[in-house]
Amino acid sequence: MNALAATYDPTRTGAVAGAAVPALALSDVRKSFGKTEIIRGVTLSIPRGERHAIIGPNGAGKSTLFNLISGRFPVSAGDIALNGKSIIGKRPFEINRMGLSRSFQITNIFPRLSVYENIRCATLYALGYKYSFWHRLDKLRDARERAEDIMTRIGLRARRDVAAGLLTYADQRALEIGITIAGGADVILLDEPTAGMSRSESDRAVELIRRMTEGKTLVMVEHDMSVVFNLADRISVVVYGEVIASDVPARIRGNRAVQEAYLGTSLTDGGHG
Amino acid sequence: MEFLLISLLNGVSYGLLLFMLASGLTLIFSMMGVLNFAHASFYMIGAYFAYTITRWIGFWPALIIAPILVGIIGAIVERYGLRRVHKWGHVPELLFTFGLAFIIVELVQIIWGRAAVPYRVPAELDGPLFQVYTATFPTFRAFMMLVAIVMLVAIWLALTRTRIGLVIQASLTHPETVEALGHNVPRVFMLTFGGGCALAGLAGVIGGAAFVTEPGMAQFLGALLFVVVVVGGMGSLTGAFIASLLIGVLQTFAVAIDWSFVRLLQGIGVTLSPANFAYPALSLTIAEIAPVLPYMLLVLILIFRPRGLMGTREG
Amino acid sequence: MSSSLEQQARESAPVDPDAPVRSGTRGRTIRFRPYNVGRWVIWGGTALLFAVMPFVFTSGFAITLMSQMGILIIFALAYNMIFGQGGMLSFGHAVYSGLGAYFAVHTLNRVAAGTFFLPASPISVMLLPLVGGVFGAFFGVLFGYLTTRKAGTAFAMITLGLVEMVFAAAWIFTGFFGGEGGISTNRVMGQPVLGITFGPSIQVYYLIAAWCFLSMIAMYAFAHTPLGRISNAVRDNPERAEFIGYNTQRVRWFVLIASGFFAGISGGLSVISYEIVTAENVSAVRSAVPLLAAFIGGSMFFFGPILGAVIVDIFAVALVHYTKAWQFYLGTFFVLIVMFAPGGVASLILMNLRVIKYGLFWRLRDPYVGVLLTGLVLLLGIIMVIEMGYQLTLEWTTRMSLFGFQVDAASPELWVIAIGLIVGGGLGFEVMRRYFRREWGAVQEQIEEQVARELKL
Repeated sequence: MNALAATYDPTRTGAVAGAAVPALALSDVRKSFGKTEIIRGVTLSIPRGERHAIIGPNGAGKSTLFNLISGRFPVSAGDIALNGKSIIGKRPFEINRMGLSRSFQITNIFPRLSVYENIRCATLYALGYKYSFWHRLDKLRDARERAEDIMTRIGLRARRDVAAGLLTYADQRALEIGITIAGGADVILLDEPTAGMSRSESDRAVELIRRMTEGKTLVMVEHDMSVVFNLADRISVVVYGEVIASDVPARIRGNRAVQEAYLGTSLTDGGHG
Repeated sequence: MEFLLISLLNGVSYGLLLFMLASGLTLIFSMMGVLNFAHASFYMIGAYFAYTITRWIGFWPALIIAPILVGIIGAIVERYGLRRVHKWGHVPELLFTFGLAFIIVELVQIIWGRAAVPYRVPAELDGPLFQVYTATFPTFRAFMMLVAIVMLVAIWLALTRTRIGLVIQASLTHPETVEALGHNVPRVFMLTFGGGCALAGLAGVIGGAAFVTEPGMAQFLGALLFVVVVVGGMGSLTGAFIASLLIGVLQTFAVAIDWSFVRLLQGIGVTLSPANFAYPALSLTIAEIAPVLPYMLLVLILIFRPRGLMGTREG
Repeated sequence: MSSSLEQQARESAPVDPDAPVRSGTRGRTIRFRPYNVGRWVIWGGTALLFAVMPFVFTSGFAITLMSQMGILIIFALAYNMIFGQGGMLSFGHAVYSGLGAYFAVHTLNRVAAGTFFLPASPISVMLLPLVGGVFGAFFGVLFGYLTTRKAGTAFAMITLGLVEMVFAAAWIFTGFFGGEGGISTNRVMGQPVLGITFGPSIQVYYLIAAWCFLSMIAMYAFAHTPLGRISNAVRDNPERAEFIGYNTQRVRWFVLIASGFFAGISGGLSVISYEIVTAENVSAVRSAVPLLAAFIGGSMFFFGPILGAVIVDIFAVALVHYTKAWQFYLGTFFVLIVMFAPGGVASLILMNLRVIKYGLFWRLRDPYVGVLLTGLVLLLGIIMVIEMGYQLTLEWTTRMSLFGFQVDAASPELWVIAIGLIVGGGLGFEVMRRYFRREWGAVQEQIEEQVARELKL
């Protein structure tokens, strides 16, 4: 098994203290679409094992940032390093193989494959099977066991053979997370994982995310403040393509600049955004 | 020298004809995302209609009536066929137009037979327009260029100066928004598809007379059309224009050039014997490999510049 | 039943999701996977069918037809590897089967002349399809690298350009491609092996049947390998496939190579069967055939192309004897499938099987009868018009044989009857069609409700 698979250990807990190399390091990242500069110099460092939330008003560039990190768009300037290695100019699959996995805001699954197949596919490269056409899929115990494990943990075991396109929205979002985790990547990017969910669905999703990202580095874009304050170790606030504050939740809550930028007025107490 | 000039003019006229076809195809593709596999078939229908109408009435009425008829057929096809398939996605749409091309060829044969029909250039337009030394430039070719240019200018004006033109332009990139603004986008689609087909039909009226009118004309031109569109860059009208002219000129010149590598080598004093391993390939004249040239261009573009000359929208 | 529902309810509650899962809590789902019911039965039955068919259909015509079907089945399944499973629409797949055929025929001629390392014997003939396969795969490597750089509609057009290029080249390089006459060969060579010379067509049939069976197994197995399954993922969502670590371009390229291999096998078999290869083997027209077969049969299911190959061959080989308009009928049939049943005939069959499974078929019996009867009338009228039209414009006499009757295609009475059938049949069909649609809709609703109840969706 390769290195990626070895990092998949459900019993590992807690952040790795004192790790020298940050999981994700952005240095003065800029991105322009034509003449419009969307990301205007973002510098961010996320240590391994941290749960980091990125918040900000609509249009601030959060999703763009994600797209830059995961290689969907090329950066205009600056550097992004994953576990110390630069990922500038690399294609999404290369970045994924280096240990980063992401979910999507608009559900991005394999609609004609079953739930089980969706997750199993996500495990194959990490387990080293790559482009093999000489292995019988159903005989691969490690792929099956990992897929079954993840399916159970995201609560979709009962829907095992349902075509993913037929699931309910909340189930699809859960599957989305499952696919993202299945490869064993240790840096996980979640793009608005609870978008469109009800309160109870959100709460379940939060628990799911907490369980599934034990010991991993999590970077999350979210609008739901309760989710953010529930999960995050640190929060960065992005406004107009720049990070205006990056700190622990308690201090962000009280940060005047954040309050004004985000809400237009300052808060008298913390709570839902 | 005169050969160069005449060939250039011929090539340009052929290229303009190609562009009449390619522009309709690009418009339809840009707006609806559908690649109309049957586009060359509508070209063929235009030629056949023109032939029949010319026999009954005359060429000049045919020039007007045939494209309109083809446009109406195109609109009907869109309304009752394509629209239904639209919801399944792009692949079924493409397959639908593919099957349509199939059927049209067969129907044409049922009605007009398998042999080429004697659709000729009308007497008024036959004959040379001018002479350059010993080479002549046919009047009809000039007429072809004229019609193409007039048509394209007219379309450009219609798209940029009229209200419906603006709606069409907007629908090219943002059909949902246009629909949200209250415009009847399905009707715009039908109009565009019908218009594109009418354009192809007009090209057929001219091309069928200049070249040959037979059931095989659609397939031959269809493949060439695809090369034009890919080389030019899918979805780009400017690219289609450049590619059409490029291929039109290339084909016209190539067919007339009798050079081959062997002759070239002979010219510099090297004689290649027929027993040489590469002789069969190198003795081919450019004229002989002319049919392959557009496709070789396609392959080259794919290797060196996959998005085409002016490519913007991805297939 | 209720206990498993309770178990499911407990399953999806957040209380203790890490509790060990009891086996057998899978809900009842609709899975179109007939091989679940005895994989060995299906494959064994298929092999048996192949073996026994010549004894049921003994005429020379039938043997030829079945041989042709065998070849097309391989070609169509190979095509579906990239189409239905890989999501790539190609208009130029004959490049691989045709070039494989050309290299195979040249090899066979060399073998017969003794200039190739294989001995001139029926054994070499048996192995010939491998040559086709190897070269099919080789060109898959070469051309596939170029074509898979793009996807979707662009890919489709590039494949068309490519096949036209090869076709044009076939007319230019007449040394290799044989020009107008093509390259011919003789499949009978050397000493008989166990009495087999491959002279009689029945022996060729069994050779084709054997290769067809082996290829079917191989392609089926391929679909259940990591590469095969990932190609499905790339089909469904190429962007997501990148984000689970796969270079989608490479996946598509590899699948194309595999598909080219099997297409080449079908090309090699065609060399043995027809003993000639012409430029038509690498034409765009030939490329359309596996596309038609895969789509008409149903590209979403493994057995779809098999069904489609049978149907297309019936049109192309059997119908040819009865009508000159068979291409028109095939084309129309194809368009109707695209418009009304894009999942192919296989999907139609399976949808009806599902209705039967839920015990609701009785509701559809009358509508089906109505639709079939009126449709038949309408079809009769259309066939009359088409056949008579063909006769009038393409033949020099107006006398023809229609449904076994000697008639004059120009006679106005016939045309009146034909138009009448079309109008009457058409109106009736429209009425029946709406009736059918209502009943079908109601049946589907009932089934959906039942499914939802079972799955608590």
